[in-house]
Amino acid sequence: MEYLFYTLAAVALISGALVVFQTHPLRSALWLIVNFFAVAGLYLLAHAEFIAAIQIIVYAGAIMVLFLFVIMLLNLRQPEEELARPRLGLKIAGITLAVISAVLLGMGFAKVVIKPVTEMPVGLGNTESVARLLFTDYLLPFEVTSVLLLVAIVGSVVLAKAKLR
Amino acid sequence: MNMPLLILLTALKITVILVVFLTAIAYTVLMERKVLGFIQLRYGPNRVGPWGLLQPLADLVKLLFKEDFTPPMVNKVLFVMAPMITAITAFLPFAVIPFASQILPDTITVYGQTLDLRAAGLNQGVIADVNVGVLYVFAMSSLAVYGAVLGGWASNSKYSLLGGLRLSAQMVSYELALGLSIIGVLMLAGSLSLVQIVEAQKKLWFIFLQPLGFIIFMIAAFAECARTPFDLIECENELVAGYQTEYSSMKWALFMLGEYCHIIVASALATTLFLGGWQGPVLPPIVWFVLKTFILVFVFIWVRGTYPRFRFDQLMYLGWKVLLPLALLNILLTGVVILFLG
Repeated sequence: MEYLFYTLAAVALISGALVVFQTHPLRSALWLIVNFFAVAGLYLLAHAEFIAAIQIIVYAGAIMVLFLFVIMLLNLRQPEEELARPRLGLKIAGITLAVISAVLLGMGFAKVVIKPVTEMPVGLGNTESVARLLFTDYLLPFEVTSVLLLVAIVGSVVLAKAKLR
Repeated sequence: MNMPLLILLTALKITVILVVFLTAIAYTVLMERKVLGFIQLRYGPNRVGPWGLLQPLADLVKLLFKEDFTPPMVNKVLFVMAPMITAITAFLPFAVIPFASQILPDTITVYGQTLDLRAAGLNQGVIADVNVGVLYVFAMSSLAVYGAVLGGWASNSKYSLLGGLRLSAQMVSYELALGLSIIGVLMLAGSLSLVQIVEAQKKLWFIFLQPLGFIIFMIAAFAECARTPFDLIECENELVAGYQTEYSSMKWALFMLGEYCHIIVASALATTLFLGGWQGPVLPPIVWFVLKTFILVFVFIWVRGTYPRFRFDQLMYLGWKVLLPLALLNILLTGVVILFLG
């Protein structure tokens, strides 16, 4: 189990980094899908099967498809033109920033005490418990979120239609 | 039982099921050609073997020996990956579909050693009884769209790209109706595990309690499989062959494999969710499962031989303005009935 966790964590981190470092937007999107799978695997290891399945259906299956859709429709076949060479001042500023943040991050990490993960309560991420929480304690936020999403949909339709007219 | 043996036996079980499944796909293709021939008043393939029964073998050999051409302008990695994604995501849902109650006894004795087959459900008629089985099936089928989209984009040709975009729009739209159409079943069964859903239908199949859900499910499944009357991605007069245009030989065959695999999985899923799965009198469970599944596969072929193709705007209209509200209505009605009767 532990090996599985570290493998998935490594895949998640590496693919996450690759999302940022790709020059081509389509490749970034594809690495993001790999990242979603690794995270879904981590959820599975934590016995949150429902969350894992939803992660794949919603993020990998729906949202990223729309992302790919947009990227393809914008026809970004070739990578953007070569970035201009950064000037000396920018280089110095970048390196200084990197060093400072590395030091700060290192100091932060030094204070973190790494200890084994405590056992999750049984069935925390499964369908029944998620549903129970959503429809009792978090009913109002749940419903408000759905209304918010509806407003976003209506808004985007209105914007798109306004352009047509 | 020790771990390596367990893994070995599970792998063996998966292999047997996969081989049977592949054979079923090969003969579904033959069945389609035969039935279409019958509907169109011609013979269909009848030269290879008795009644053309060896035709799938001949087709396979032909596909294997064709030139596997990769056009020079394509994105090679994605071009090769796309058919694999299609085929793999088409196979994976079958892992959670129960095709029988129990296929082996609880324990068997080999060379004086007693093996407990109940470990990891080796004796069960399903590869994995996952507690979120339904969601797993939907997760895998929602990934199927990547094969088409990436194949269409990587081919670097107009027809392929348009075909890929069309299919992804179609599949994303109908996934909603498909997902919502089975909520009623889930409410009645009170479980996301396909094994438990089958067991909940012991007395009465869900098709009788959820007729509307079944109809919406089947229509959406036709669209998800991109079959006639929703086969807009490969309508020859507009798009040549859609996202498959630049593919040849085994890469193309993998796309075809994916398509027929989708048909069988959709039929098997409909059988499991609405037709009582493997349950039935007299005959053994596995026979019932195969029988029901193949009746639905026949319906797929029958519809192909009967209906013309939709226009794309009609397709979107049907998906968003007809099926989606009907599926929501179905959930509401089911909820009300359960509240007052349950």
